[in-house]
Amino acid sequence: MSKENVIVIGNGMVGCKFLAAMLQKDTEQRFNLITFCEEPRPAYDRVHLSEYFSGKTSDDLTLQPIDWYTDNGITIHLEDKAVEIDRESKVVRSAKGIEVRYDTLVLATGSSPFVPPVPGIEKEGVFVYRTIEDLEGMMEHAKVASKAAVIGGGLLGLEAAKATQDLGLESHVVEFASRLMPRQVDDAGGATLKDIIESRGLTVHLNKATTEILGDEKVSGMSFKDGSTLDVDMIVVSAGIRPRDELARKCGLEVGPRGGVVVNEQLRTSDPSVFAIGEVALYNNIIYGLVAPGYNMADIVATQITGGDAKFIGADMSTKLKLIGTDVASFGNIEANEPHQNIVLTDPIKGTYKRLITSQDGKRLIGGILIGDADAYGTLLQMTLNEIELPEDPIQLILPADSGSTPAFGPAALPDSAQICSCENVSKGDICSAIESGATTLPALKKCTKAGTGCGGCVPLVTNLLNHTLKELGQEINTDLCEHFSHTRQGLYEIVRATGINTFDTLLEEHGNGGNGCEICKPAVGSILASIHNDKVIAPRNRKLQDTNDRFLANIQKDGTYSVVPRIPGGEITPDKLIVIGEVAKEYGLYTKITGGQRIDLFGAKVNDLPAIWQKLIDAGFESGHAYGKALRTVKSCVGSTWCRFGVQDSTSLAIEVENRYKGIRAPHKIKSAVSGCTRECAEAQSKDFGIITTEKGWNLYLGGNGGMKPRHADLFASDLDKETLITYIDRYLMFYIKTADKLQRTSVWLDSLQGGIEHLRDVIIKDSLGICEELDQQMQHLVDTYHCEWKDAIEDPEKLKRFRHFGNSEESDPTIRHSLEREQIRPANEEELAKL
Amino acid sequence: MSENASQNLWTVIGKSEEFASDLGVCIKIEDEQIAIFKLAGEKEWYATQNLCPHNKRMVLSRGLTGDLNGEPKITCPLHKRSFSVNSGECLTDSDTGCLKTYPIKEDDGKLLIQFS
Ligand code: SRM
Ligand SMILES: Cc1cc2nc3c(=O)[nH]c(=O)nc-3n(C[C@H](O)[C@H](O)[C@H](O)COP(=O)(O)OP(=O)(O)OC[C@H]3O[C@@H](n4cnc5c(N)ncnc54)[C@H](O)[C@@H]3O)c2cc1C
Ligand code: SF4
Ligand code: FES
Repeated sequence: MSKENVIVIGNGMVGCKFLAAMLQKDTEQRFNLITFCEEPRPAYDRVHLSEYFSGKTSDDLTLQPIDWYTDNGITIHLEDKAVEIDRESKVVRSAKGIEVRYDTLVLATGSSPFVPPVPGIEKEGVFVYRTIEDLEGMMEHAKVASKAAVIGGGLLGLEAAKATQDLGLESHVVEFASRLMPRQVDDAGGATLKDIIESRGLTVHLNKATTEILGDEKVSGMSFKDGSTLDVDMIVVSAGIRPRDELARKCGLEVGPRGGVVVNEQLRTSDPSVFAIGEVALYNNIIYGLVAPGYNMADIVATQITGGDAKFIGADMSTKLKLIGTDVASFGNIEANEPHQNIVLTDPIKGTYKRLITSQDGKRLIGGILIGDADAYGTLLQMTLNEIELPEDPIQLILPADSGSTPAFGPAALPDSAQICSCENVSKGDICSAIESGATTLPALKKCTKAGTGCGGCVPLVTNLLNHTLKELGQEINTDLCEHFSHTRQGLYEIVRATGINTFDTLLEEHGNGGNGCEICKPAVGSILASIHNDKVIAPRNRKLQDTNDRFLANIQKDGTYSVVPRIPGGEITPDKLIVIGEVAKEYGLYTKITGGQRIDLFGAKVNDLPAIWQKLIDAGFESGHAYGKALRTVKSCVGSTWCRFGVQDSTSLAIEVENRYKGIRAPHKIKSAVSGCTRECAEAQSKDFGIITTEKGWNLYLGGNGGMKPRHADLFASDLDKETLITYIDRYLMFYIKTADKLQRTSVWLDSLQGGIEHLRDVIIKDSLGICEELDQQMQHLVDTYHCEWKDAIEDPEKLKRFRHFGNSEESDPTIRHSLEREQIRPANEEELAKL
Repeated sequence: MSENASQNLWTVIGKSEEFASDLGVCIKIEDEQIAIFKLAGEKEWYATQNLCPHNKRMVLSRGLTGDLNGEPKITCPLHKRSFSVNSGECLTDSDTGCLKTYPIKEDDGKLLIQFS
């Protein structure tokens, strides 16, 4: 029997989901799957599009790699748009001239941003926000722009505004209505949202109808109906979406009065062999502009095509989002037309607004809005959907978690059928059975149930459910440092601070589980002791805690020799010092190389030569570079205004000052920094744990960047700071990181795992929301004041020097070390060469 | 068996106080490199080969000591493979060879090792 052709026009989120559903359901392989994809790449995660700005690549966002299509026998026509549907002969024609016959056709063409016909809207510098290409265009343009406005204060508009701010631009939101997010929130909610957003440095303009985009070829501003104008050099239009029903119209399918392909319960269009799903489908006069209903439609159509029975009955439009670092959620029916009661809780100081809409008798939840703190969203949504009876005093459900209110409702109260993840349609029962069959971590659970992999809104609830179920199964979630300590690193840090304990043995005896310790807890405790007391890492009481690098204050190499890295603050070095490095390297036969961190590394030093090498370096004015420690490494610089024709400020001097301030400080992991003298960013500050970029008015501070294994772009933390404020912020940031990060956790990973992310960090560091700034400042000042060069200490102490020997009973070097020559320098002999000896 | 006969096999390697109680030390006997460790516990002193069987480098004495479920061990500083200092067996990887271990004892302030 020959196979039937199923063609999908549009390979967006829903089209892709449909293909996956077909593969899963078409067990007898009765269908040929063909898809037309207008974009240059297969479907990607539009919901997380904004993460493209924070360093995600198009590959990261891709839903299924191109191999997935070919491996599963799906024909994908990339960068080819379907231009005609011939319903008579059941053929689709494409822009590239391909003609394919179909038995069943699925329209998944999505929607496009609505661009109001304002005069001048075609000017250079006007963007929409929908595809990766749109974002690439914005990034390019942002390099020459300084002020951006977003037309539209809805969900997407606010997200786009945040994106322009992250691109380093001054950002404005222009909304036609009298409040932000007019479709999701009420007036009071809109006002809270406006306050929050303005506190993040964005400007909100309400009741503004744009009448013209100003400028010659390029945007230079906009004018409004009320006669006012706004100077901007970039505009993002986010004024709603329009279903892409052009093909359907052309071939005579029924469309709605305001667009959208009309579908029935089966999601069939007016032609029974043509389905429509996702944002192009108009069901009951509604376009569902969210992924979850689209995914649901994809599943229903795949079920029907493969011979099953399923109906679409509308969908819940509840959403929870992070907008500009603020939680915003609405659930259930917020335009309740039945008799109802309102419970409203506003906290203008904290910036939260919460509204519950209950049935007249107060027994059931109909819907609600949460702004500023949406932790209760998962619970409240479930209560609404499952019609769970409300507790006597429903306001308890929205009281802040720390007010002592007991949660009236936990995951236990949910029926097994409760849908936890609406994007992937995963029920509580699915999740619990996955946990029981061994998926006992969040990543494992996501992998096997797919829960939480869509919009991510249900992740807190899934985590809650996971912990709850594990507990029920008698399993605890193990966050112990290792077998010797039943504490996290943060826990031990607090213990050491509170008790003043200053040796590993005491800590193990009083707060550990006995034994000798191990390679995990020893260095971790060593680092904590050093961070708190700035105790010398090679002091006798600490020395056994240090792995070989900290024990010998040098980095071990593959052949058991060590490398020597003197500090070269900011990468600036005099010719005289360069000569000293050269002389030392020659004398001790060391390999020299410029490192990726703007300094010089000398390799191949024997352990018993280290003290003499350092004596020479210290005599010439060098200090330890701490390349061996979990400590500040380098602060890279560019030449800045001193030499560079574009430099705005003296980045080199600042880099040297910053490096000297934080050198030697021990942390959970290494710390790197850089200072660039202008936006060209030659020092790559945005890839550092903290990076500084000069502006005309001061310094911009970027936090949480990382190169290495999993690169992360730093987030802009604050702009145009004076130097004093800049240093204060960095002090607090580093100290807060040292206090709260896990062992061997770089700032990037720490920041990603920090509840509330960069906004929370702003609250802690700028607004002192935890009331700890004074303490952080003092602790940092203590560390700065007690700095000491570890190598200087070592060579001044004959007792310590004794340890720099290979043998305990002989002054000899290790006779097994052998070198070969390459490009006129030494390198460790390889196994073959060693074997020949 | 006469006590003296077996004692003859023990070689004195130094005063025990010269061996830091918390750090490994490498000593040389004839042409062999031996790593000496002291760990708190029932038995205090341990001696193993200094060569890590993984990449064949003379580095074990510079590793971190500790224990795994009560089994005293040494962790190589290069790639963190751990070995029991009792049996010499590798505790982390099945394909890394075993360490040679040497009987060692403290007697009258001296450290002695049975070396053959
Ligand atoms: C020498 C150097 C390579 C070079 O020839 O240029 C180097 C060498 C080592 N790097 Fe690196 N890294 C060097 C620059 C970098 C850079 C570039 C930079 O700093 O601008 C990066 C990426 C930037 C970053 O860290 O965000 C880098 C990312 C890493 C990583 C991955 C860290 C991560 O978060 O993913 C490791 C592994 C680790 O730390 O766990 C690593 C670990 C190492 C270790 C320590 C591996 C080891 O345990 O033996 C290497 C030994 C250093 C030594 O013996 O001195 N090295 N390493 C560079 C020394 C810079 C310096 O002056 O201190
Ligand atoms: C920035 C942003 C953030 C969002 N955030 C959320 C969120 O948090 N939660 C949420 O639920 N939803 C969110 N959405 C909405 C969500 O992305 C959409 O609901 C979803 O992508 C709709 O899927 P779709 O497949 O119907 O349309 P699309 O993903 O738009 O896919 C349609 C595809 O069809 C292609 N196409 C159109 N015509 C043709 C043709 N003739 N031939 C070939 N190909 C064609 C298009 O190029 C496109 O690639 C967000 C959207 C954006 C842009
Ligand atoms: S990239 Fe790998 S091999 Fe190169 S220096 Fe860094 S850790 Fe060593
Ligand atoms: S050389 Fe010892 S673990 Fe690799």
